[in-house]
Amino acid sequence: MSDTAYNVALTVNGEAVSETVEARMTLADFLRDTLGLTGTHLGCEHGVCGTCTVRLDGVIVRGCLTLAVQCNGKRVETIEGASDSNELADLQEAFRVRNALQCGFCTPGMLLAAQELLLRGGVPSREEIRVHLSGNYCRCTGYHAIVDAVEATAQARAGSAR
Amino acid sequence: MKISPDQPSVLSALDRPNSYIGRSVPRPNLQRLTQGRGNYVSDTVLLRMVHVAYVRSPHAHARIRSIDAAQAKQSPGVVAVVTGPELAKVMTPWVGVLTHLKGIKSALQHAIAIDRACWQGEAVCAVVAKTRAQAEDAVGLVEVDYEPLPAVTDMETALAASTPVIHPELGDNLTFARKHEAGDVDKGFQDADEIVETTFVFGRHTGVTNEPRAIIADWNPGEQRLTVYHGTQAPHMMQNIFAKHLALEEQQVRVVTKDVGGSFGIKVHVYPDEMAVVALSRMLNRPVKFVADRLESFVTDIHARDHRVKAKIGVRKDGTITAWEIDDLTGIGPYSVYPRTSGIEANQVVNLTAAPYTCQNYRGQCTVVMQNKNVMCQYRAVGHPIAVAVTEGLVDLAAMKIGMDPVEIRRRNLVRDDAYPATAPSGIKFEKLSHHAALDKMLKMMDYDGLRAEQKRLRAQGIYRGIGITSFVEITNPSAAFYGVGGAHISSQDGAAMKLDAQGNVVVHTGVSEQGQGAEAVMAQVAASSFGVPIERVRIIMGDTDNTPYGGGTWASRAAGIGGEAAWQAGKALRANVLAVAASILQAQREMLDIRNGVVVDKDTGNERIGLNEVARIAYFRPDTLPPGFQAELMATRHYVPRAYAFAFTNGVQASWLEVDTDTGFVKLLKHWCVEDCGTIINPQLVDEQVRGGIVQGIGGALFENCLYDERGQMLNGNMADYLVPMAGEMPDIEVGHVVSPTADSELGAKGAGEAGTAGAPGAIMNALNDALQPLGAKLLVEMPFTPARVLKALGKV
Amino acid sequence: MKPAAFAYAKAHSIEHAVELLGKHDGEARLLAGGQSLIASLNMRLASPPMLVDINDIAGLDRIDMTDGHVLIGAMARHADVERSSIIAKHAPLISRAMPHIAHAAIRNRGTIGGSLAYADPAAELPACMVALGAKLEIAGLQGRRVVAAEDFFKGMFETALGPNDMLVAVHVPAATAQTRVGFEELARRHGDYAIVGLAAAAQVAGAKLSDVRLVYFSVGDAPVRARGAESAIAAGDIDGAAAALSKDLLPTADLESSAEVKLHLAGVLLRRVVRQLQEARA
Repeated sequence: MSDTAYNVALTVNGEAVSETVEARMTLADFLRDTLGLTGTHLGCEHGVCGTCTVRLDGVIVRGCLTLAVQCNGKRVETIEGASDSNELADLQEAFRVRNALQCGFCTPGMLLAAQELLLRGGVPSREEIRVHLSGNYCRCTGYHAIVDAVEATAQARAGSAR
Repeated sequence: MKISPDQPSVLSALDRPNSYIGRSVPRPNLQRLTQGRGNYVSDTVLLRMVHVAYVRSPHAHARIRSIDAAQAKQSPGVVAVVTGPELAKVMTPWVGVLTHLKGIKSALQHAIAIDRACWQGEAVCAVVAKTRAQAEDAVGLVEVDYEPLPAVTDMETALAASTPVIHPELGDNLTFARKHEAGDVDKGFQDADEIVETTFVFGRHTGVTNEPRAIIADWNPGEQRLTVYHGTQAPHMMQNIFAKHLALEEQQVRVVTKDVGGSFGIKVHVYPDEMAVVALSRMLNRPVKFVADRLESFVTDIHARDHRVKAKIGVRKDGTITAWEIDDLTGIGPYSVYPRTSGIEANQVVNLTAAPYTCQNYRGQCTVVMQNKNVMCQYRAVGHPIAVAVTEGLVDLAAMKIGMDPVEIRRRNLVRDDAYPATAPSGIKFEKLSHHAALDKMLKMMDYDGLRAEQKRLRAQGIYRGIGITSFVEITNPSAAFYGVGGAHISSQDGAAMKLDAQGNVVVHTGVSEQGQGAEAVMAQVAASSFGVPIERVRIIMGDTDNTPYGGGTWASRAAGIGGEAAWQAGKALRANVLAVAASILQAQREMLDIRNGVVVDKDTGNERIGLNEVARIAYFRPDTLPPGFQAELMATRHYVPRAYAFAFTNGVQASWLEVDTDTGFVKLLKHWCVEDCGTIINPQLVDEQVRGGIVQGIGGALFENCLYDERGQMLNGNMADYLVPMAGEMPDIEVGHVVSPTADSELGAKGAGEAGTAGAPGAIMNALNDALQPLGAKLLVEMPFTPARVLKALGKV
Repeated sequence: MKPAAFAYAKAHSIEHAVELLGKHDGEARLLAGGQSLIASLNMRLASPPMLVDINDIAGLDRIDMTDGHVLIGAMARHADVERSSIIAKHAPLISRAMPHIAHAAIRNRGTIGGSLAYADPAAELPACMVALGAKLEIAGLQGRRVVAAEDFFKGMFETALGPNDMLVAVHVPAATAQTRVGFEELARRHGDYAIVGLAAAAQVAGAKLSDVRLVYFSVGDAPVRARGAESAIAAGDIDGAAAALSKDLLPTADLESSAEVKLHLAGVLLRRVVRQLQEARA
């Protein structure tokens, strides 16, 4: 081990992982390059585009602004995990049916960001949805379809909760 | 040919019993993309793969005196450090000119600068290492001795005698110029009651694709073959270019394009740093990967727009437009981009200005100059946002001058819907457009009269809202007239090969590619409809030069209209072939059979005769049971290129409704509408989403985006915190409507829809802003982006 | 865009963090939320030899009331501050500012201490702390000390923190029934740094405002108190306050907005924020 590499043990999508990482490796690079979880994308690597959004101990963070070494003992969830658990199934289906993605590059981050809003419960206004997603860049859709899909999912969840 | 003002109706020729044409079928690739199971080049890993990072010039213009790579070569993980002259031994340079742009000139360009860097960000040395981080470490250790040279940055003075010439061998800094004159312009202005003139300014934009440019080149010396995994819009064009500049046969090059994280024209050009990757793989005999990071993207992805247009319109009191004149100046960086050239955008501005209108007295000219800034080239809606904003800005100014409603002046001057075929003052030809029907529909959709009343009411309360309208045309389905005639090996035709597999399902290989616009779904819909199977039974193969018919790829809104027609024809041909087999099995007349919903039926009764799986089983495994001499042909290929018209022009109208905070200069977008006519609509949802996304890209240019440079040629805002792209919070809801005028050039009748949104949005925003501020006596806003600072200045508050 | 190599250590206590800083002659950097630091590492605008991670120091994220002050631990995340009922009740100015700070994912990670120690002149929180007369508690090799917010922000990315110091908490005087606060900023997009922003606090007595503190951000190297305008507002002279801004503020231009534009916008914000100060407390 070099003097800038460290052991980390964490859970990723419920699976125990232990690896040696360079201190400089971001969580996003760790997920992509070390674990092969390429659903977490890199768009800007300076915290603006939101494409690398993942969950750390249950809340969304920028994968490019978190170091892998900081995640020792923590719980990380990526789009792959949230898909396999079916947690996002209704939201993913709403995105599919509404064509709320084109190239799909922003979509994993967009879904995780939207899910955090949806988990607060209730039916957010379109304006609230737009503001909540304002840290996630999409060049393709113009956002309207994304707002539609998130709104529809909120309404459906509120309906079934009643 | 009828124009339907309502939701797209399906033409009878396409109205097969189980047709998917005109239906919003969800795209087959979305499920995996929503699960994070995309396969982008940036995700791809190959054995023994190494990574490249570049030493890039910090100067806009500098001589490279020497490069000392000794320390970098010792850095951990480094595999190679390669300079321009070293790379030039395996890769030939290029010049970005085409013969149909008369007089266009550019200089020889190398993949890595040889002795001179001509813009800030140009690669001057490549560092290859085991990881990207190690490559970047070593980049910092390469010592380049630069001699800074004077930088040419101001396009207004680029041709002045006192300005240095960037490439002395060219004689001056002029890349391309064109003058066009039609009708009697001077008389037109003499006949005018009023003449209005102004100068419109458009900022420099860049595409900011969410996935940056990405490429992996894998030269296999054993096979003598190069495989390139490339996020490109034009795999076959790149195959040709890689082969040409490595002195290989095209057969020796395979380009594979899987998922691409956004393109918009950014990924249809030849980039020196991508060419270098291919050369490096050849030199190192192993896979080399390059993914531009965001900072590199801002100074190397093509920029676009950056036009200054002096413009003039003559109008009579009755609203008749009598003459147009424009003079466009644009600066495109130090090289015309290969192979499409950087003369096209300005050329389009001349072609498209005044295009929707009857007045034929038109003088248009453009001047394209070189500068020491990043290169500019074709980007979504090439030239359209400029031509549309200039034309529609002039029309609104004319209306304002004579006190006429902006809708009324358009009514009086737009080419009548029954006047086609028609020719624009620039000479471009229109088969069939629907400006008036589209305008009618727009006024209803937006409740124009209601909004005007609301606007008036709110003004009394000190709330300033504006309505802006743009009528426009969009170039789609380009024939060889775009590039091929100029000598570029860029295919305007496209092919589709369709085969029946052994279970009776269908596989379609197409030359168009997917960038997220939904080409895969469109091909599946067309193929399923044409052949006669449920869409679930169709699989689409695209983005692989080894496995698809030769084609152009995806650009200039061509995939559905050209690739779609090829798939339609291939489906028909395969249907005929399969029915021949079925007829032979059933001992029936082929003409009396059809394929519907995946089974062979009697054409008249619709009664099932035999399943496709059974036809396939017999044809593939028991051909011995077929009549002697009968050979089943279960794969059919068809190609298509538009011939009757050089381009299938579409048209549309956009409207913006916005509010200006006159204290702060902030603009709030309240609503945006678009009515467009792209002919036959294959998938209404995909068309609408192309329009919406395009509009927001246009809004970006109108309100936010601008590549800022200082006078030394340094880009000042080359990061995503400072280059402002549109985010969800500021964008409006967008309503989209349609008029349908199919092109008779193809059976499908589909035209493109990818750029209409971007074409019309900036002009609509501009007109709405000026409409909002007119009662305050504000100066006209004609310089994009319309920042709060510029709005405040127009209001005289600063 | 990958950071240069660095070493990493996790501090288990405040004292440990300070000791680690001391061991590296002031070259090491503290890693709090990392939302600015890691971006600058990625861009190689900074390449410290070592990062001292203070994320796992117990208790550093607490938000509490202690003798008339709201105590906010340096590692309190923006999202926790945003949701805190203590802060909403006793330091409402901070609650108002929070939604303007970047985006949800950044607020989940970014910390109040990190934001204050980074001292970006365009950031909201430094201005809020000056407006509220907060005190910043600093741990160093020589022990603890407390610095008034007004003395803490020295310039662009410059604070009273020495190379071996660590900001551990802020103490914000709790709002009373007489306290009025106002906050406005003008940013091009949600979550962007503002072109101009204004954080304000005052005490109300009858119809009059006293102890008015108007603190602008994004107009200079650090939060700027508009003292001339403050006096004019206390005297009930809004026009005089607006006029005073041209002396109070010396804005520097940004990429889009000239100094003149910023000054104009500062005047617009003044009127809007003073209106908030004058509104009855909700």
